Amino acid sequence: MKRPSGLLTTLFLMAAAVASAEPTAFVGATIMPVADAPIDNGVLVIDGGKIVAIGAGVRVPRNAEVVDVAGKVIVPGFVDTHSHIGEPAGADRSSPIQPEARVLDSINVRDAGFKRALAGGITTVNLMSGSGHLMSGQTIYVKLREGNSIESIAYKKDDGSVDGGMKMANGTNPRRDPPFPGTRGKSAALVRQKYVAAQEYMAKIERADGDAEKMPERDLAMEALVEVLNGERIVHHHTHRHDDILTVLRLQQEFGFRVVLHHVSEAHRVAKEIAAANAPVSLIMIDSPGGKLEAQYIDFENAPALERAGANVGFHTDDYITDSRLFMRMAALGVRAGMSRETALRALTLAGAEMLDLDDRIGTLERGKDADFVILSGDPLSVYTRVQETWVEGVKRFDLDDPDDRAVAEGGFGALQPSFVHEFHGYEEGH
Amino acid sequence: MKLLSRLLTVCLVCGVSVSVMASDIAVRGDRVYTAAGGPIENGVVIVRDGKIAAVGPAGDVAIPDGMVVVDAAVVTPGLIDAHTVVGMVGFLSQDNDQDYLERSAAIQPELRAIDAYNAREPLIEWLRTFGVTTIHSGHGPGEIISGQTLIAKTTGNTIAEAVINPAAMVAATMGEGAVMSGNDGRNTPGTRGKVAAMLRTELLNAQAYAKKIAAAEDDDEKEPPARDLKLEVLAGVISGEMPMLVTAHRHNDIMTALRIAEEFNIRMVLDGASEAYLLLDEIKAAGVPVIVHPAMARAGGERENLSFTTAEKLINAGIPTAFQSGYEGYVPKTRLVLFEAAMTLPHGLTFEQALAAITIDAAKILGVDDRVGSIEVGKDGDLALYDGDPFEYTSHAVGTIIEGVQVSDRTK
Repeated sequence: MKRPSGLLTTLFLMAAAVASAEPTAFVGATIMPVADAPIDNGVLVIDGGKIVAIGAGVRVPRNAEVVDVAGKVIVPGFVDTHSHIGEPAGADRSSPIQPEARVLDSINVRDAGFKRALAGGITTVNLMSGSGHLMSGQTIYVKLREGNSIESIAYKKDDGSVDGGMKMANGTNPRRDPPFPGTRGKSAALVRQKYVAAQEYMAKIERADGDAEKMPERDLAMEALVEVLNGERIVHHHTHRHDDILTVLRLQQEFGFRVVLHHVSEAHRVAKEIAAANAPVSLIMIDSPGGKLEAQYIDFENAPALERAGANVGFHTDDYITDSRLFMRMAALGVRAGMSRETALRALTLAGAEMLDLDDRIGTLERGKDADFVILSGDPLSVYTRVQETWVEGVKRFDLDDPDDRAVAEGGFGALQPSFVHEFHGYEEGH
Repeated sequence: MKLLSRLLTVCLVCGVSVSVMASDIAVRGDRVYTAAGGPIENGVVIVRDGKIAAVGPAGDVAIPDGMVVVDAAVVTPGLIDAHTVVGMVGFLSQDNDQDYLERSAAIQPELRAIDAYNAREPLIEWLRTFGVTTIHSGHGPGEIISGQTLIAKTTGNTIAEAVINPAAMVAATMGEGAVMSGNDGRNTPGTRGKVAAMLRTELLNAQAYAKKIAAAEDDDEKEPPARDLKLEVLAGVISGEMPMLVTAHRHNDIMTALRIAEEFNIRMVLDGASEAYLLLDEIKAAGVPVIVHPAMARAGGERENLSFTTAEKLINAGIPTAFQSGYEGYVPKTRLVLFEAAMTLPHGLTFEQALAAITIDAAKILGVDDRVGSIEVGKDGDLALYDGDPFEYTSHAVGTIIEGVQVSDRTK
């Protein structure tokens, strides 16, 4: 008798909680769910931070707040797979491979870069350290909800730990004086040696089979690499030249880690090989070739070439290389070069979610997914289109009609403070 | 008579109408934006001997027999990049070819752009593929006076073939850019006050130099001063022959530039001008045009307060304004004024205003509007062809014509 009444009380309280947080229905927009074909005059209903209904003939709940968005376009919140907002810092100059360094321990959540990202329709970012190392540390996946600490905005794994990947780089950026590598051959050898050590460390753990006495000494670098080897932690690999791209794939095959290729300036030269390896690619669209040796052959053509080859294509800002507020134009430049509109919009959203292993929560507008979406004034591929509102987990985080938010979107005196935007005064090691 | 008949025979043999030359071309556009009046639907532009011979609706302008005809959805004047360092720097950022900035002294107006400009630099082709036909390139910001600039077409194998003004402006910098220029403490400024003092001192020297020359011309008894390359150039600035292009981003640095322009009565063009929106009245009163920073420039350092709306505010205040590709030093090595102007469209600028800022208004600021910047009879036959709204990302540049020669037929 006692137990059922307790259950009933709980159910009653739950019902009260749902009733007090009323659903919101966005009515009349063209909705591009990415999971499906665009919906004209659609309805999007959100509740408790989640999408509860989406479609053309969806009934609007009686208690819902109705928002008229006729003439607007709604798309999923954008996923930026590679960003440097919030001043992420991982490895230092002491050695080329530092998997133990976490950008978690460096992020400034008050950096105005987060506001710029929201103004660009971005709702999820992968914050990464730089490319001046073969392995510069652990990245972190961040949801752009409001928060006072990095823990409060980081995606969490089931065990409560923060979710993220591992930043790696090859080519010219990690090359410098010892102990850093001086050649490509040395770069690969250093990385392989480290992964071999991690394989041995992992084997010791497996042999211990849960016996604490037999476990190897704790080693922060090895622990992180074990997560890479067992597929929990995805490698986000900076790479540009065609041969460097193939080197990444070679090492990936040898050690079996999961990898996302980033930048990939010469992807158009090895698109078939990339697709055959099932390696997803996060591209950056740059307004001219060059700026550094490895970007000599970068071309908008990367986007359609990878699509034709059947590779999974996403985009990233590499903010401060490109401004987070301008993320949408990457997709448009892809279409300019011949990418399909569908793949281009997918590249801003679902493809990125897949590359961060978050596609069960974000990347499309589907029932049950997080209520992360962007209200646009028009076609996402048009230069004339503006981001009107950005919503994260059912909370409006950017509103063009709000004067402070508009200032962030447009710039102006003091609008982007406090902020850290790197300035280039000449050639520097880059991203 | 004999010569003429022989010429006619030759031309009959080669089967080409006598009047058609390599630099003759006819362009038909579904819509032609001339930057000199409203758009022409179903327009035709005739270029003869490199110059625009006729422009108007297809019904009014006949295409001569035998003339090569090119079609496009949209035709505009060849675009003008009002400030770049393309041609002065190798696109791969290698130490041996970054000739836009000499660090050995803070004031070196004697450095000529024509002695460094590489007409075969790959980024020149990149710019012209998108419809850019004229660029203002040369020494960049980073020293109080870094050197001279030039104006060139985005074609030609040599500087001689490309250039239309070999000594366009003297490039100067105010504020942090000039302060940080001092690399080793040798006669380089450490403060804003010192930047202005050094520049004013050198301009005073130039005034004195010009006076001595004038005095010697008036009086046979007087010897002219020994030739001084630096002071010769600055005397040209003092006399108003050569404008000074001043890169200044912060409002206080813009005011310093205007103060010096007034003191020495020099023709000035403001460059960058991130905080120009704070000083619309002052800039307008000074009669100084602005080559505004790229809309998509990084909002960092002394450009931390830049805005996508600056161009709109300047233009609607009646201040002559043009766009530039600018210089970032890394990736991207150059921007495209087409995309920089496009970025102002969602921020209040009209299509016609944005187009004018990369064509006729840029030509006026650079002093080359007698030759380029609009599709008008007598001007150079420089045209940009697109398959739709040129500013839309998903449109393409489909052809570029410089002085009647199709220099690009790529779709990009």
